[in-house]
Amino acid sequence: MKGFRSLAAALLLTSIAATAPRAETLIASVSSHQIQISSNYTGDQLTVFGLVERGGRTVARGDPYDIVVTVRGPQRMLIVREKERLGPIWINRTQRRFVDRPIFLMVSSNRPLNEIVNEDAARRDRIGLANTQRNLPPELYYEESTVRFRQALIRILEDKGLYAQDERGVTFLSETLFSAPIDVPATAPTGSYEIEIALYSGGAMLARQTTNFEVIKTGIEQRLATGAHDHPFLYGLATAAMALLLGWLSSVIFRRD
Amino acid sequence: MQIYLPIAELPISILMVLGLSGAVGFISGLFGVGGGFLLTPLLIFLDIPPAVAVATVAAQVAGSSMTGVLTYWRRKALDLKLGSVLVGGGIIGTVFGVLFFNSMRRLGQLDLVITLSYVTLFTIIGGLMLYDALRSALRAKAGKPARRRRQAGTHPQWMKLPWRMRFHSSQLYASVIPIAALAIVIGFIGAVLGVGGGFILVPALIYFFRIPPAVVVGTSLFQILVTMTGATMLHAVTNQSVDLILAALLLVGGVIGAQFGGRAARNLNVDSFRLLLALLILSVGLRFAIELFIPPSDPFSVVLPESAR
Repeated sequence: MKGFRSLAAALLLTSIAATAPRAETLIASVSSHQIQISSNYTGDQLTVFGLVERGGRTVARGDPYDIVVTVRGPQRMLIVREKERLGPIWINRTQRRFVDRPIFLMVSSNRPLNEIVNEDAARRDRIGLANTQRNLPPELYYEESTVRFRQALIRILEDKGLYAQDERGVTFLSETLFSAPIDVPATAPTGSYEIEIALYSGGAMLARQTTNFEVIKTGIEQRLATGAHDHPFLYGLATAAMALLLGWLSSVIFRRD
Repeated sequence: MQIYLPIAELPISILMVLGLSGAVGFISGLFGVGGGFLLTPLLIFLDIPPAVAVATVAAQVAGSSMTGVLTYWRRKALDLKLGSVLVGGGIIGTVFGVLFFNSMRRLGQLDLVITLSYVTLFTIIGGLMLYDALRSALRAKAGKPARRRRQAGTHPQWMKLPWRMRFHSSQLYASVIPIAALAIVIGFIGAVLGVGGGFILVPALIYFFRIPPAVVVGTSLFQILVTMTGATMLHAVTNQSVDLILAALLLVGGVIGAQFGGRAARNLNVDSFRLLLALLILSVGLRFAIELFIPPSDPFSVVLPESAR
């Protein structure tokens, strides 16, 4: 409900401000800006709502509107290793580092991405699971081993549920009003997430809008996590004491001889 | 029923963790081994980050060996003097082990070192124990004395080195040097592989020093208790990777399992004890050998840097 209300407020504001838009503008909102992790947390779902706004002087378009929603989680360096045969044994021989990769990535669109935008434009616009890195020169991007390692990275993270692509995730409720669910799995890391909504028509990007949400720990989960980082010695002492106490307790309870 | 782990950062089924740790606790109580070499790979298999798994298992092993130590202490099957020598040597070995660990990590070959060590160590130790257990079982069948008794004045050479000490509970009068050397080697291996080292200590004390198995188990558990309590503190202070909730779950399952294991150990004769321990150690070695020799189903793997968690 909160989402609808802020969406309504946003709509109102824009309709006052946007007196003479040349092209379409994109208005979007997310149902919640915070996901709280408590002890019974098993993942959560958010919804993105949006509206394509056309001004009075907006040119009429022959092609329908397309929406691509990209959710990027916290970025880290990821290492992909490949096992190769060395004599009789298999060991990790080569590895490739991927700097500043989001650990969580979800791409959702109203129809398959290759129907919305061509490959070059997708790379330039950073659309799609393979196109998260900025400013990668084409010769490096298309280099054979880079492609192999990148495909492995995407495939493994997709298996873990951290990368996802949904070609029918965005639903148009009318010609200009759309919504898209965002599934945040329980294994998604804590931190801030960026939602980027891109409007396409006829293969060209018309507008882009970003919003965000964060995943944080609350309650006992948060207190334990901050305790472990802020007072590591006390935390260690408490854990060791608990371990020894439970060990002693069980020997008392089960004592028979 | 699921519970979210604050440090490992994922939800896990409570019943599954209790069952797993109960089974490993049983084995731990039965053989006087920490059980870390079984539990750590299992937790990593459940997607728990390796650093969190190693650190949290240290806490669990400390707790379940506490139970065992108290049980054996009450039965007077624990040699404190021998245990102290082992702990002293173990600390020295651990320091060298950590230094070696860090230099191998810098070279990027830590995974290979760990897998190769598991394979060679577990298959050799397990194989030797299996051979010996089978041989003494055959001897017993043939009506010969199953074990060569230690005769007065027929000690092996290494016991006659200087600084001989008398260990009453272990029925041992031997030089401290080989005992401390054994403890240093075990501390080194333990630090590199992230295990307590009970699986090496127990057979070594039985075979090289002919100490009664009951005392060996109690003394080994004492050594594990001290080192793993220290390891828990070390992991908590240096990496903040100990998960308190996971540790509590593992402990509840582990200490209960260890109770039943310790009780079952009393009804086990020496020969079947050695045979079972040999098979257990050998099978872990073979599991790692399979990983090394069989072509992987997916040659690629993704590593999240530890700081990501």
